Amino acid sequence: MSTAIDRFDEGARARFAARGRTIVRDDELLRHPVYTRVLHWSVAIFFILALLSGFAIYSPWLFHSLTPLFGGGAMTRLLHPWFSLGFVVLFVLQVLNWLRPMTWTDADRRWVRRVREYVANTEPVEPEYVDFFNGGQKLYFWTIVASAVIFLISGIPMWFPKTFGRPLVDIGYVLHDVAALVMLVGFIVHIYEGTAAQPGTFRSMTRGTVEKRWAWTHHPAWYRRATGRNPRADYEEAVRRRSGRHESGTS
Amino acid sequence: MPSGTLQIKAISAHSGSIPGAGVQREEEVCKYIDVTTCIGCKACEVACVEWNNMPFQETKFENTYQTMPATSWNYWNLIKFNEHQRDDGTLMWLMRKDQCMHCEDPGCLRACPADGAIVQYTNGIVDFQQENCIGCQYCVSGCPFDIPKFNSQTKKVYKCTLCSDRVGQGLEPACIKACPTGCLKFGTKTDMRAIADARARQLREQSGFASAGVYDPPSVNGTHVIYVLHDITKPELYGGLPANPRIPPTLTLWKGVAKPIALFLAMLAAPVAFFHYVMEGPKEPQP
Repeated sequence: MSTAIDRFDEGARARFAARGRTIVRDDELLRHPVYTRVLHWSVAIFFILALLSGFAIYSPWLFHSLTPLFGGGAMTRLLHPWFSLGFVVLFVLQVLNWLRPMTWTDADRRWVRRVREYVANTEPVEPEYVDFFNGGQKLYFWTIVASAVIFLISGIPMWFPKTFGRPLVDIGYVLHDVAALVMLVGFIVHIYEGTAAQPGTFRSMTRGTVEKRWAWTHHPAWYRRATGRNPRADYEEAVRRRSGRHESGTS
Repeated sequence: MPSGTLQIKAISAHSGSIPGAGVQREEEVCKYIDVTTCIGCKACEVACVEWNNMPFQETKFENTYQTMPATSWNYWNLIKFNEHQRDDGTLMWLMRKDQCMHCEDPGCLRACPADGAIVQYTNGIVDFQQENCIGCQYCVSGCPFDIPKFNSQTKKVYKCTLCSDRVGQGLEPACIKACPTGCLKFGTKTDMRAIADARARQLREQSGFASAGVYDPPSVNGTHVIYVLHDITKPELYGGLPANPRIPPTLTLWKGVAKPIALFLAMLAAPVAFFHYVMEGPKEPQP
């Protein structure tokens, strides 16, 4: 099973890599290959379309401002399930693409235990066990997977209420709301973490690369695997070199 | 000029004031249906179909006097026909005119997410405005009587209007006009309720229907269509009239609890992220 997924995913990666390009400079590392980036932004586009069209139907005070984007209320209602279906299909590919790096490990358990320090931003660099994704990213990913499943199984009866009958549809509305809440809060945190909170992160999803110092700061274990070097030693060396440069600059 | 008898009281999914509200005082209207004197002639069905310009349609004979299996998007008024065996073994025909009940607390209006797709007039009529309908069918789920019906061609939902177009001009609904026995009456809620109570008393005291009563369910704050039933304790016998019609509790859970919490938390997440940045700063790559 997992080997079939790997074969499919590697095939897709290879095809997209042949088409697209990732320029990796000397001080950089390849973080997200072309296929991952295309998937992520396709998912994001459909997510935002589904979010806006869903919000339009969700709340009366958003109804008037958002429905014109999609050609009126009836059209919004018509399109929303199709946007959502687009999101689900692409997100399935994204899940297959990330199944391996998103697997929960002991390192993630350790990461979650020190989430307070992470939020308070007390340590300059992450603990050396943090690999390609940290525990928070994995938690976000699996939360989105769970809420996407809830969205899908509650949304289908809402799409065809006559076929499924009222009790299922009634429960569907509530579940759809809960999934929306979970996904929306997660999404806002995700945008913040991917942009302002961690400079240098956004480009990993656009150009595909990160600076090496970004890698040893945020994902030391991945840095070790990708470069074969010691993240802590390289970090300390960089600190020394920088202070040395400072001294020579001032003298 | 309209007679001014259709003053809007509530609008679905509407924020802000309701234009023209409270300009005129209006009597609440009511349709009175005496199930005990209905002869099942279906004149009201024909009148409804004719007045609302809906096509006549074929049906199947299924060993019943009922014309259609159920109401549909273009068949808003249906005499539900049931054969009922009394305790003493004798047979009884129960015929109930099924249509929108025009609830005082309409579940359809509460569920509707489209501004102005459902309005309630001060006279109690609940009316669908198809030009504002988005076809989501939330109203179907909100209705305790399973009345709104979806047309998959137009992608709109339809139901009995209580002939708001006629009532607005000072006329009675088409079904009332067609009724030959007088089992249908139309007037103010107070008057109809008084007639219904008197008729129920008569049934109890003079006709041997000890549990006759008026169906005006308080669980939806009363309805603007009321029934006189032979047996108020078993409304289900009359083609599934619910004894205690309720707007589904999931609707309250969804619109009353989940939605405000979701909006609050979502609106909170953005400022929390912003102030986290302001207070803790970004995690810069080191050094």
